[in-house]
Amino acid sequence: MAVEWTNLGLVLSVRKHGEHDIILHALTEHHGHHAGLVKGGNSRKHKGLYQPGNRLHMRWRARLPDHLGAFVCEPDRMFAAEALHDRGLLLSLTALCATAETVLPEREVHALAYRQACHLLETIGTDGWGADYVLWEMHLLNELGFGLDLESCASTGESEDLIYVSPKSGRAVSRAAGIPYKKQLLDLPPFLTAEDHGRPTQEDVAAGLELTGYFLERYVFAQHRQTLPDARVRLQTMLAG
Amino acid sequence: MAGPDIEALIRQLSKLPGLGPRSARRAVLVLIKKKESLMLPLIQLLQQAADSVKICGTCGNFDSQNPCSLCLDPKRDRSTICVVEDVADLWALERSAAFRGIYHVTGGLLSPLDGVGPDDLNIAELAHRSEAKEVTEIILALSATVDGQSTAHYLAERLDGIDVTISGLAHGVPLGGELDYLDEGTLSAALKARRPV
Repeated sequence: MAVEWTNLGLVLSVRKHGEHDIILHALTEHHGHHAGLVKGGNSRKHKGLYQPGNRLHMRWRARLPDHLGAFVCEPDRMFAAEALHDRGLLLSLTALCATAETVLPEREVHALAYRQACHLLETIGTDGWGADYVLWEMHLLNELGFGLDLESCASTGESEDLIYVSPKSGRAVSRAAGIPYKKQLLDLPPFLTAEDHGRPTQEDVAAGLELTGYFLERYVFAQHRQTLPDARVRLQTMLAG
Repeated sequence: MAGPDIEALIRQLSKLPGLGPRSARRAVLVLIKKKESLMLPLIQLLQQAADSVKICGTCGNFDSQNPCSLCLDPKRDRSTICVVEDVADLWALERSAAFRGIYHVTGGLLSPLDGVGPDDLNIAELAHRSEAKEVTEIILALSATVDGQSTAHYLAERLDGIDVTISGLAHGVPLGGELDYLDEGTLSAALKARRPV
């Protein structure tokens, strides 16, 4: 008996398969990172639908659960079209898709990662999207088991004036404890701490990207013998000004 | 069924875009039946093209001369360079007769998934050409896809600092298009690119 499911999913990547078809990688809420064949997905009529970042209604069907299977999709929200005009938005959209595709194992449910990716794409372009992007990467690290502990200082236990992160333990370090080692520590932007510091500045977002980028690269991408996606590096460079 | 020579020809033709084994078989049958009027002239033209067609060292176009006839044409406006992904796009723009400047073919789009980086594209030559005194505008005529626009933004970034205007093609409602039949992405892009009437 054939296996079939329907779910909303974000397009992560597409690769040509033959002349007209594509292999689609998507992030869905109930089935995680899932691949499938799309017949005619490379046609002029359908190419726009299968752009990375778009959210589609997906129906996946295969004869056996282990098979690649085939998707039939209809549009839900075309996030790619909304981001095309702006360099920063497009970089964050492509960085999100490339990161999720590489780090999330196939067919493993990561509902929270999906919901947070959708939230980020829904708010992309509004005030504070840069900080939202950093928070998405923080959640992703957490989901993958490499969450940072930014509640209290690793050295003194203080929960105030936390401005550094230890690159070894991923724990926060307070100003007083960190100053002698500040060259070896990573900066912790205020918006990632429990204290309310108002709207994050561009420098805060750049520091946040450096922080999450360090841990993603060292603990996640290195496992795949890869470096951070090009779009992610360019996003960080752009925000660092 | 057919001899090995015919089967080899069918296999080779079926590798062409738009042709599968069935259509390649039909094409081969016609070529064999019309040997004098179709097959032999085709062989001659293929040989001629293989011997003479070159890639233009300036713009990346295909022509039998290098630089190509478009680059050598004195009537072309050398102040505007239109950047396209592929020679097929250059031909499409030439068919429209809407552009009288010169072209630059990048030879593809940036695509980290397929391992295509800036060094794999004809970008360094574009930067070099843009520095010429007479160039005042670069039009990035790349496809309205994530890869196309990522490449466009990358090129804009790369050409930043050179004294030229960088523009891109508009995205939106095609001529004769009815809103009811347009996809949400195109409508959203068209609304973003609205202009005073």
